[in-house]
Amino acid sequence: MHEMSICESILGLLRDQAQAQDFSKVERVCLEIGPLSGVEIEALKFGFDVVMRDTLADGARLEIIETPGTAWCMPCGQSVAIEERFDACPLCGSHQLQVTGGEELRIKELEVN
Amino acid sequence: MCTVCGCGDGEVRIEGKGDGHQHGHAHIHEHAHDHHHHHDGHDGHHHHHHDHSYDHGAHHYGEGPAGTSVPGMSQTRLIQLEQDILSKNNTYAAKNRRFFADRGILALNLVSSPGSGKTTLLVKTIEMLAGRLKPYVIEGDQQTSADADRIRATGAPAIQVNTGKGCHLDGHMVGHALEHLAPADGSVVFIENVGNLVCPAAFDLGEAHKVAILSVTEGEDKPLKYPDMFAASDLVLLNKTDLLPHLDFDVEAAITNARKVNPAIKVLQVSARTGEGMPGWCAWIEAARAMQLAGHPAGAAAE
Repeated sequence: MHEMSICESILGLLRDQAQAQDFSKVERVCLEIGPLSGVEIEALKFGFDVVMRDTLADGARLEIIETPGTAWCMPCGQSVAIEERFDACPLCGSHQLQVTGGEELRIKELEVN
Repeated sequence: MCTVCGCGDGEVRIEGKGDGHQHGHAHIHEHAHDHHHHHDGHDGHHHHHHDHSYDHGAHHYGEGPAGTSVPGMSQTRLIQLEQDILSKNNTYAAKNRRFFADRGILALNLVSSPGSGKTTLLVKTIEMLAGRLKPYVIEGDQQTSADADRIRATGAPAIQVNTGKGCHLDGHMVGHALEHLAPADGSVVFIENVGNLVCPAAFDLGEAHKVAILSVTEGEDKPLKYPDMFAASDLVLLNKTDLLPHLDFDVEAAITNARKVNPAIKVLQVSARTGEGMPGWCAWIEAARAMQLAGHPAGAAAE
C-alpha cells in the first residue's frame, strides 16, 4: 500500500504550486487515475483526508476521474479495452497486449484560493 | 477576449451581443465605469460618461488572488495542472539514471516479497562475480542493518537505507545512498528493495532493469496477484529451485502467468543455495553491463 506516500507526493506538489502560483488554500483537487496505475482509489481517498489535515489542503474536496484501461493487441492490430494487466484480448484471447492507457496517476486540476 | 478587462470570451455571456459590445457583461465590470453610450443621431458624436465607481475608494474588486472579481464566483482559481503525481520521484530517478550513465554503471533494482531469498542470492552472486566486476549494494529495509552486514561480509561495499515506516525505496533515498557509496566507474550497483511486491513497482529509482525474484515456496499465481511488479520487471529469477522436488509448485504455470502480464519478460531458474542456474544469471548481469558500457570510456578501458 503506497497510497499514503502517493498522498504525500500530492501534498508536496500542492506546496510547490502554492509557491509558484501564489495561493494559500486548496479547495478542490481533481485527479486522473487509471485502473493500471497500481493505486487503490478507496485507500487513496482515505489517505488523502489524513495526509491533508492541518495543511493548505485541509478539508479539500477530492475528485477522481477514472480513465479507461486500453491496450494494443498485436494479433488483432487494434486497440482494445482491458481492466487488468493480465487480461487477454477480448477479441482474440491473445496476451500479446501492449498497454496504451490506464496508467494515469495525475493531478488534473486544482481549485485554489 | 475583451480588451478592456481581459476577460475571456469563453466564460463571458454578452447580453445583446451584436449591439456594439456595450460592455454589458454583467459579471466583470463592477470595478468599472458605467458606460453610457449616447448615440446622438444628429451630430454623430458619442458621449461616453464613465462614472468610475472606485473614485469612492470603498470598492476594490481586484484585490483577491485572481486580481479580478466576477459576481457569482468567488476568488477561487482553477489551475490546470496535468502533472504526474510521481513526477518528483521521477525527477530524482532521472538524476540517478544520468549518474549511472555518466559513469558506465549498471544499476539493478531487485524486487520481491519478503523471504524470497534476495539477500542470499545477492551474496552468492557477488561471490560468483568476484574478480569479474566491482559490485556495490544499496540495501533497503524498514529497520536493521542486518542485510548490509551480510553483504559487507563478502567484501562488497554496502549501504543500508532504513525506510522506517516506508514500504519502498524512492529515487531521493537512492540518490543520497549513491553520494555515500560513491561507486566506481564501470561497476555494478545492486539495489535490494524493501521486500514488497506492491509499492516498489511504482517508484523508479533510475535503475537499468528491475529484477523480480520469485521463490518456488510462494505461489505460481503471484504474477497475476501482483501484476504491476511483473509488468515493471525485465527479468524474473525463479529462486530456490532446489526445493522443487518437495513442492507442488508448477514452474510452467508460473512462467505462463508472468508472460500473461508481461509478454517480453525473461525467466531464469536459479538456486542461490546450490548454485544451480546461477551462471545463467551471472551471464545476464554481464550482458546487461556490456549494454550499459557500450560507448562509454569505462567500457573501452575494460577491453
